[in-house]
Amino acid sequence: MTRTPISAIAAARSGDKGEGSNVGILARSDAAYAFLKEHLTADVVREHMRAINTGGVKRFEADNMRVLNFLLEDSLGGGGSASLKTDAQGKTHGLAVLRLELDVPDDVLASVENA
Amino acid sequence: MPANDIIRIANGQGFWGDSILGPVRLVNEGPLDYLTLDYLAEVTMSIMQKLKSRKPDAGYATDFVTLIDRVLPQLVEKDIKVVANAGGVNPHACKDAVLEVIKKHGYEGVKVAVVEGDDILGDLDDLMAQGEEFRNMDTGEPLSAVRDRVSSANVYLGAFPIAEALDQGAQIVITGRGTDPGLVIGPLIHEFGWKPDDYDKIAAGTVAGHIVECGAQCTGGNYTDWRDVKDMARIGYPVIEASADGSFVVTKHEGTGGMVTVSSVTHQLAYEMGDPANYITPDGVADFTSFSIEQEGPDRVRVSGVKGGPPTPTYKVSMSYHDGWKATGQLTISGPDALEKARLCAQVVWDRLAFDGYEYADEERMVEFVGANVCHDGIASAQAAEPSEVVLRMGVKGPDRDKVNRFGPELVPLVTSGPPGVTGFAGGRPKATEIIGYWPALLRKELVTPRVSVFTA
Repeated sequence: MTRTPISAIAAARSGDKGEGSNVGILARSDAAYAFLKEHLTADVVREHMRAINTGGVKRFEADNMRVLNFLLEDSLGGGGSASLKTDAQGKTHGLAVLRLELDVPDDVLASVENA
Repeated sequence: MPANDIIRIANGQGFWGDSILGPVRLVNEGPLDYLTLDYLAEVTMSIMQKLKSRKPDAGYATDFVTLIDRVLPQLVEKDIKVVANAGGVNPHACKDAVLEVIKKHGYEGVKVAVVEGDDILGDLDDLMAQGEEFRNMDTGEPLSAVRDRVSSANVYLGAFPIAEALDQGAQIVITGRGTDPGLVIGPLIHEFGWKPDDYDKIAAGTVAGHIVECGAQCTGGNYTDWRDVKDMARIGYPVIEASADGSFVVTKHEGTGGMVTVSSVTHQLAYEMGDPANYITPDGVADFTSFSIEQEGPDRVRVSGVKGGPPTPTYKVSMSYHDGWKATGQLTISGPDALEKARLCAQVVWDRLAFDGYEYADEERMVEFVGANVCHDGIASAQAAEPSEVVLRMGVKGPDRDKVNRFGPELVPLVTSGPPGVTGFAGGRPKATEIIGYWPALLRKELVTPRVSVFTA
């Protein structure tokens, strides 16, 4: 078990979706996906992003792509042209979620290295 | 055509402002049947309506005309067809400009089509009188709340009108607002004769369109493991090799930079995906959880088995409206003590404005210390040690233009009346710019009539 940012076992892509952002988390292996599906819940992401996102967080799953897709419902300071924020499109929110640290089992870390 | 034939469709423009090198290189660097180009965003339509109201032959993407001027000889020579939503709110003016370019080059017989019917700004009151409330899809509010401030209203049309334009022999199809994937689905419907109830195939076209709609974002652009991306300067734009059964390969032209891997394509599939099982377009509902995706060879990713369902009875309407004013500006503050001085600067600006009778509520003002964790606010592992310099970014917004404009003149004086090391004020005083609100709504399909017309140069 190693405490590590989840960037070790996942990649990400994010962008705007109305007044919120859409953050896709891409697991780097089947084992990483199974681990993230269990531990990277909507509540965990909501807590991690609480200074950025003042709204709720919804999670969707796409097993075929090993993707967990999160909607952060109020994360852009108004969104579109109403936002005063630098990142008014949530382009950096994927990398923000990848900074989340979790205790990742050794076999999951190994599965990524062999992927 | 034989069913095993492959149609090559590329997207060379991911958004208004994307590099012209994308489409120029696509027509030069490899085989291609269709070039699609996306020029529109929500805010774009409102800006274009404003341009058109001042100048009747404005209101479309002029970048597109520049591009056609540059690549027309190759398009004609290689018989590459173009599908672009460059028409904005004035597709006929765009078409006229393109016809002029074709004449200038001395080509005859090139057909240019216009797809319209998406612009319902002039019909809003009639539609509301017929009982359409245009409730905001996010808030549930009826449009009457902002009706007098609406500056654009466009339906996202589907792919069938584009296919019809191609059926009529158009080499260049200019549309107004439509879905981004529709630019790809239209050519597939035309080539393969897909019908409206070929749900799985249309869903497959939707997935293909979604993958390429942001240009290089599926070929290594904006990619997590960016060190793995080779030759980013010459990154290849995506090419779809589509088959009649709906399966397709994502690839890029030989010798270009970037990469096409399951990971690079999946990055883009996840982009703005929403609920993956219900990806709604006017032509059908695609299930992004249904397909398989595999590496078929170097820079070749195959997607197959896409499932889809019937379309919904409504079109999505995108409207924009005046939603107040905003102003933002910035200064750079060097160390020592950059962050501490920047915090003082921000407080000084607010205090001076308050001293003059201008106070801004928390939700109407913003301070960022760029370089001291703005993008990843609140995430401990992103916290830098004392930054050697920071950019102080401040802004205000609200309905009162004068009040918003009062902010700018108090920012620059910090250079001489704040702490030491304040610089970077080039650009002058921040001024109020309009906030364009976004109003998504639904409209029954029978109330909208897409129209296709074809013109010959």
